[in-house]
Amino acid sequence: MRPQEILLPAAAGLCCKPGGFHIDPVRPVERAVITHGHSDHARAGHGAVLATQETLDMMRLRYGENFAGSTQVIRYGEEIRLGDVRVKFHPAGHVLGSAQIAVTCKDTCIVASGDYKDALDPTCTPFELVPCDVFITEATFGLPVFRHGDAADEVKKLLASVALFPERAHLVGAYSLGKAQRVIALLRRAGYDAPIYLHGAMEKITSYYQSRGIELGELRPAAGMKKAALAGTITLAPPSATSDIWARRFPDPVTAFASGWMRVRARARQGGVELPLVISDHADWDGLTTTIAATGAGEIWVTHGQEDALVHWCRSKGLKAQPLDLVGYGDEEESETPDAGETEA
Amino acid sequence: MNRFAELLDRLAYEPGRNNKLRLITGYFREVGDPDRGYALAALTGALSFKHAKPALIRDLIAARADEVLFGLSYDYVGDLSETVALMWPKAELAAHNNPPPPTLTEVVTTLRTLGKTELPKQLERWLDELDETGRWALLKLVTGALRIGISARLAKTAAAALGDKDPHEIELIWPGLSPPYLDLFAWLEGRGEKPVNRDPAPFRPVMLAHAIEDADFATLDPADYIAEWKWDGIRVQAVAGRDERGHITARLYSRTGEDITGSFPDLVPSLRLPGAIDGELLILREGRVQSFNVLQQRLNRKVVSPKLIKKFPIHLRAYDLLGDDENDLRELPFAERRERLETFVRKLGDPRIDLSPTVPFASWEALTAARADPASAGAGAGEDADAVEGVMLKRRDAPYLPGRPKGQWWKWKRDPHIIDAVLMYAQRGHGKRSSYYSDYTFGVWTSGEAGDELVPVGKAYFGFTDEELLQIDRFVRRNTTEKFGPVRHVVHEGDKGLVLEVAFEGLQRSPRHKSGIAMRFPRISRLRWDKPPREADRLETLERMLKAEPAEIEV
Repeated sequence: MRPQEILLPAAAGLCCKPGGFHIDPVRPVERAVITHGHSDHARAGHGAVLATQETLDMMRLRYGENFAGSTQVIRYGEEIRLGDVRVKFHPAGHVLGSAQIAVTCKDTCIVASGDYKDALDPTCTPFELVPCDVFITEATFGLPVFRHGDAADEVKKLLASVALFPERAHLVGAYSLGKAQRVIALLRRAGYDAPIYLHGAMEKITSYYQSRGIELGELRPAAGMKKAALAGTITLAPPSATSDIWARRFPDPVTAFASGWMRVRARARQGGVELPLVISDHADWDGLTTTIAATGAGEIWVTHGQEDALVHWCRSKGLKAQPLDLVGYGDEEESETPDAGETEA
Repeated sequence: MNRFAELLDRLAYEPGRNNKLRLITGYFREVGDPDRGYALAALTGALSFKHAKPALIRDLIAARADEVLFGLSYDYVGDLSETVALMWPKAELAAHNNPPPPTLTEVVTTLRTLGKTELPKQLERWLDELDETGRWALLKLVTGALRIGISARLAKTAAAALGDKDPHEIELIWPGLSPPYLDLFAWLEGRGEKPVNRDPAPFRPVMLAHAIEDADFATLDPADYIAEWKWDGIRVQAVAGRDERGHITARLYSRTGEDITGSFPDLVPSLRLPGAIDGELLILREGRVQSFNVLQQRLNRKVVSPKLIKKFPIHLRAYDLLGDDENDLRELPFAERRERLETFVRKLGDPRIDLSPTVPFASWEALTAARADPASAGAGAGEDADAVEGVMLKRRDAPYLPGRPKGQWWKWKRDPHIIDAVLMYAQRGHGKRSSYYSDYTFGVWTSGEAGDELVPVGKAYFGFTDEELLQIDRFVRRNTTEKFGPVRHVVHEGDKGLVLEVAFEGLQRSPRHKSGIAMRFPRISRLRWDKPPREADRLETLERMLKAEPAEIEV
């Protein structure tokens, strides 16, 4: 069976005709199968939604109880029959509850990996390699200049800065879902046990992580704190908030940003970041290329990001590869509107 | 090398001066000799390696990376050293027994002695051993393009802080020091004597003036002061001295002690008498002082061509003498130094060096009149009046003291030019100001195709108080019409918008600006909440002011 008869890009997203569903649809559809809880992948208004418990919970937190007509929970490793295909979920290591979706029809297996990373993350189940015939990969960091290194070293850099500037506050911009909790967990692993402060926008999702048994230590809201009391502390906030009115409550803040984009200086400077922390929830170049090779897939479909370079690399390794024209996905850190932080939170 | 790289990396992102200082001082405290000395050399621009060219680095990466992937990456990153540092493949080294990454000392000392043919192999080895940041710093260092916003002065100030010393003291002994500055650090840490500057033409820390305010005059007696014109040039110190063999060495220093002799080789032959002159660097054509705009075209040139020298003849206008042959005159009262200076300049008899005249006055009223009209004042500036930016007042009995001592020297600038302009765009500031719209583009009216329209004439980001910044920031946020990344379009119509009173020092023609005009030193002097934008100034007003400035052709 030709893989295109199983999965095909359509206006609403990746469509599985024989299974009668879409994966991470960007428009309301009858049946949606969702990889993870980030807002560009998990949208409201679908008829039925199949996803992990965590992903469904996150959608509920964001959109309210009635975000979909009906929902169905699937566990990692569990296989479900949908129409003429079998669907199986595997951990993607991207954020809590994130999954790769293996779609098998007859003897052809396609893995839609969603967003994934093969690096250590104490806040989610590690990435699992799934052998397949066609591997659909993201390419957010699909250039050989993106090599993220060890996130623990970046956290050391942050702690060194806190030690050097004890009278200043450290404001760490991090995406509210996933990155923020990972940075907190890494800080705890590095032995930092002081209270960590949170921007109001990330309180709900962070306490959800804690409710799922992820140890994050003592967390406090930054709101209502006296300016002087925030000297020497670390606060996590959505990236846009670190350069807005909200940031004025902090004493001479050092603006940090935890993102894979921080690898490129011009990119970090553009955003007025003083302390770039290269911590990414996406696979870096080495992660992408190693994973692609290890799946054993003979055909690679490349979605959102730097498709050109990754397609070129696949072809140079003798793999069949093509960019997949899907719109509506992007780096979540960038899709946040710059004004989100202007309302007091 | 990795620790030095970490410092450079951090400095490249840090906008605040004080924080930069702390980062550098912290490094000096933490890192031992001789590494920190070579770091100081790198930061002060005292190192240069002639063989390492960008082409060599391109060749190295071409041998290891796919051409298409390199092209896409370089396009994305936009900087050669950074692209290569990031995509350099991990070396296939044995898991153990790896050589440790090179120290900064190793890199510097090896590069000094290495021949051109051995360089590529050596660079490869280092790139294999270092991490991303280390590779980036190495490539920046060897190609001589640090560009991280650190001046030599700042690096020396950071070193001074290590021993709680005045940076002037380092500036004084600096010309006699060389990397890795072991004697300097020993002194700073209280382990050794202060290094002696054996330089025959050392820099002396300069004396600076306070800006005078109206209220000050009541407390000052005109008889205590000597007045001079304040020239709109560059403050320099021209020093000549004899070395051990009796040969004259001449150097020109900026007011911060930076050696700028190389930029003005045409002045060196005139500095043939041992002594130290404090004066103003100017361009003179047919005996007439040219505007600062003209002088500016001789500054920051990589190559000082004979054509440039001919077109912009350099001149030194002397106003103080700090040393006369072997004698240090700095303890003498100014009136006496002035007499020594007059004798010195007469003895020198050089057309490139003349005396800055004193301005006779008996009362503050008389001086006010002279300042208002330098062209016709007694001992007037005559044809040079355009290059006068005010008057200097110096106490007759003041010794030459480094820094800005109280009550000794006063500067009394001419009033700046003032226009009313309309706020057009606002941009976020940096560092402390990153949550404020603190950089403002303003415009004046001109007739366009569809009636009057605003044309931008300048940008200002200071001059306002903290309270005013809050007010403008609030205004910008409430009156934004469009956003482009960090830039906001602010409403600017005849009856809606904010009028800013802008003060500036001069105008210059500029083909790069839409208005054809560039302002010198513009700042916000007042917020005119009371004034409707339609009553702001017009471009014609600025063009009239420009008429006085001669047009210049780029060389």
